[in-house]
Amino acid sequence: MNKIINDFSITVGTVNGSGSSTANNTILRTIFKMGIPVSGKNLFPSNIQGLPTWYTIRANKDGFIAHHEQRDIVIAMNPASFTRDLESVVPGGAFFYADDIKQPVTRTDIAIYPMPIKAIIRSDATIPTNFRDLVSNMVYVGILAQMINLDMDKILAALTFHFKGKQKPIDMNFNALKAGAEWAKANLEKKDPFTIEPMNKTDGLIMTDGNTAAALGSIFGGVQFLGWYPITPATSIAESLNEYLPQLRKREDGKQTYAVVQAEDELAALGMCIGAGWAGLRAMTNTSGPGLSLMTEFAGLAYYAEVPVVIWDVQRIGPSTGLPTRTSQGDLTFAYFIGHGDSQSIILLPGDVSECFEFGWRSFDVAERIQTPVFVLIDLDMGTNQWISKPFQYPEEPMDRGKVLTEKELEDLKGNWGRYLDKDGDGIGYRTFPGNKHPLSSYFTRGTGHDEYAKYSEEASVYFANMERLKKKQETAKQYVPAPVLHTTKGATIGIIAYGSTEAAVLEAQYQLNKEHGIKSDFLRIRALPFTKEVDKFLAKHDQIFVVEMNRDGQMDQILKTEYAQFAPKLKSVAFGDGMPASAKWIREGILGKYESGRMKDEVKKPSAKKAIVKKTSVKKAVPAKKPSATSSPKGKKVTKKAVTGKTVKKANRK
Amino acid sequence: MTETLPMAGATANVNLAGLSKNDYRGAPSTLCQGCGHNSISNQIVSALYETNIIPEDVVKFSGIGCSSKSPTYFLNRSFGFNSLHGRMPSIATGALFADKYLKGIGVSGDGDSASIGMGQFKHVMRRNVNMLYIIENNGVYGLTKGQFSATAERGLQLKKQGENLYKPVDICLEAFASNATFIARAFAGNPKQVKELLKAALAHDGIAVLDIISPCVTFNNQDTAYHSYSWGKQHEEPLHEISYIAPRNEIMLEREMEEGEIREVAMHDGSVIVLKNLEKGYDTSNRFEAMRAMEEAQQNGWMVTGLLYLDTTKPTLTQMYDLVDTPLNRLTEADLRPERAMIDKVNALMF
Repeated sequence: MNKIINDFSITVGTVNGSGSSTANNTILRTIFKMGIPVSGKNLFPSNIQGLPTWYTIRANKDGFIAHHEQRDIVIAMNPASFTRDLESVVPGGAFFYADDIKQPVTRTDIAIYPMPIKAIIRSDATIPTNFRDLVSNMVYVGILAQMINLDMDKILAALTFHFKGKQKPIDMNFNALKAGAEWAKANLEKKDPFTIEPMNKTDGLIMTDGNTAAALGSIFGGVQFLGWYPITPATSIAESLNEYLPQLRKREDGKQTYAVVQAEDELAALGMCIGAGWAGLRAMTNTSGPGLSLMTEFAGLAYYAEVPVVIWDVQRIGPSTGLPTRTSQGDLTFAYFIGHGDSQSIILLPGDVSECFEFGWRSFDVAERIQTPVFVLIDLDMGTNQWISKPFQYPEEPMDRGKVLTEKELEDLKGNWGRYLDKDGDGIGYRTFPGNKHPLSSYFTRGTGHDEYAKYSEEASVYFANMERLKKKQETAKQYVPAPVLHTTKGATIGIIAYGSTEAAVLEAQYQLNKEHGIKSDFLRIRALPFTKEVDKFLAKHDQIFVVEMNRDGQMDQILKTEYAQFAPKLKSVAFGDGMPASAKWIREGILGKYESGRMKDEVKKPSAKKAIVKKTSVKKAVPAKKPSATSSPKGKKVTKKAVTGKTVKKANRK
Repeated sequence: MTETLPMAGATANVNLAGLSKNDYRGAPSTLCQGCGHNSISNQIVSALYETNIIPEDVVKFSGIGCSSKSPTYFLNRSFGFNSLHGRMPSIATGALFADKYLKGIGVSGDGDSASIGMGQFKHVMRRNVNMLYIIENNGVYGLTKGQFSATAERGLQLKKQGENLYKPVDICLEAFASNATFIARAFAGNPKQVKELLKAALAHDGIAVLDIISPCVTFNNQDTAYHSYSWGKQHEEPLHEISYIAPRNEIMLEREMEEGEIREVAMHDGSVIVLKNLEKGYDTSNRFEAMRAMEEAQQNGWMVTGLLYLDTTKPTLTQMYDLVDTPLNRLTEADLRPERAMIDKVNALMF
């Protein structure tokens, strides 16, 4: 049998609340430590115990580790999802199942491995009875490890990390795992092609989730105040801050330089942050869509009163409560225009966990420099799943605390100061902080109309001038927000724009488009709004630009079309939202579905040609933009197996 | 920066902080003439002047409504934040973390605190944020021209609203149920009492709720209305007379009060408040008694005024956090950004 080495997916179906995350993380971390690019995605229900949950792992020697619909190896531990799990295995794949599930195994085109999990656990006398259920998941890890050749030393390292070096749980889990491996060695014959062989492609990399990275980055950004309210999937940012702040900001006097307050709701959470940010603290909150809805009124106040604050939105799919444990990029337009009246937000869009760290500290610099709320949008996939990443980099720039006047500076100015005076022509005034003892330091902040000296005003001209100045600040912000990341390909004929967690999937789709369809593409990953000049250039340069994102309505596409009306005919939305992480498959098919092979640059410039172009349907290959379900995925599409060359992919591997 | 404070001339009246009363004033009021809120603003100016508090050590907060406009009318030299309807408590909670030595003075109304802001009102109580929380309570929405508030009594008639069908919310009872540490009620028509309670509240470390019945002369001042001047004058039932004695005040308490009728309560800053009981020995530290006094008043249609409850043993919010001695908003990058070496430790923690 041909071997398939370091290029397959593993899906584990369990009952949620059964403690399978330790087991699944052990598989993931072992493959990572064996040097193979790998990703893990937890597809879990909004529930504590009893519902089906899946964990998918994708190992790929070429670095393509985006979500992949195809299920090569499936481990079925849950009777409730057994039939579905069995059907989902790709022909030629492997199916492991707990043999106490007495359901018909109807497939003959895959390798079938029944696992006597309960018998193996019972036979191990070292496992206390009350721990049997808990460690039984380790048995399937052991069986899998034997069958796909996972390294026992790396497994032990993964367990040691997971249990923070506590010997008792490490031993208990490792023993159960070894029992599984030994049983498999003695009883199972290898009938599938999948195997793991050590590589060195993850040397020097770390593995973590975006929420942890965000919290750590915020600590290196000097966060002083967190006001927050629990919500899936943003909660672990606050929990990470609770975990790491005491370690990383430890002082000799044992006192705190920060405060974390769990508020009564998201209104109060952002309200506290605005109070703190106004009074001179680096303040942040973490939330998700429903929380952001509640924060809307305060976001408007912070914009208008010009209070720096950082808001992390770990997006889940809405509207309303939506699917609380599924991912999305559906809050973009909402965050960008949040609040009633005219408003524009600054939005940062980290594309990987090392950028979550970087934007963790940088967001405070931007917020304090521009004196406005900064929204950092990630999603459930990036925030809560484990990603391989280059190590976090220490901030090489000193903190930018923006324009703040001290007592001495006020004295030097002899009172010639107005909170909202645009002295420097960049739209940004000078702030003072409560506690400043200079008698001319104070001002009165309000969400009502105000003049340059923060005095109440309903004058039409004063209102108008103030709003124009706020607009100018948005222009100023372009110098301070992160520029996009550009991946170029020689001979590219199309452009792709994407943002956030979709990068891995886009890079893979680019590779497939080139290899299978001869379509070469440049890829611009936008990292902030307002758009910087790099976006202008990219739009001007390309004839067809596909805007890829995980939502129904193509929100980034909408914003681009509004802000670059002259380029609107060139922009094509490739938007898809079903709560699952982005995959190369739907991106590729989405692009092909709208691709116009004969499109020339000059056609766009001719207004007369515009109508015809929009209606044109001569696509190279008509493929619906819809993403088929995993079970109906076409077989044999193993395009990523071959050695990868080309500039774009090189960059992907460097990540 | 006391050296930059404008020094009063030799002849001007100054307090122990060297400031004149003008240093405590605000912009001219734009509220209706005769509004109870204006009287309260004046008493705030007097109370702060008389207690020698430096305006820079105070931060003003408010929400939305007539009452919430009033921080403009006192303490020009203090920072102020006129925030959103019902959201003053959260703004104050966050802001007061920035400098733990600052005292908050919040002015809210019955609409702001007892309706839209009830949630934040109750949570700021249980967190014991270090601020004086004034509710200028008139039972009516003034800025939107005369609708019932949640503190309006059942049966109240308003021109465009008809009759109020619902039972009122008692601000002091709500504060009490949420474990506020200083709860008092006053009547704006009794300025001396307002001022003495303000002084006592300012001396308290933690949340000090002061529910001031402040009639709306424009929309709710019928003789029969609970929140009217005439009703207030007739139905006010003071628990005690109150006087405040500043920590450094050398003038001895006038001793005309009889033994046994006087209760002295020591405040955190060394000052003392003296309660002269009018009828019975009311104990401000007794939760059952406080509850009974409020319940009794509600049943009988009295407006019970005075210091209803006081607990000086509880830590304030910032005290619970064991913050560094330097105000947080004066910390620099050296205090806030972990050292370079820490990045390797962090990366090692990430597997």
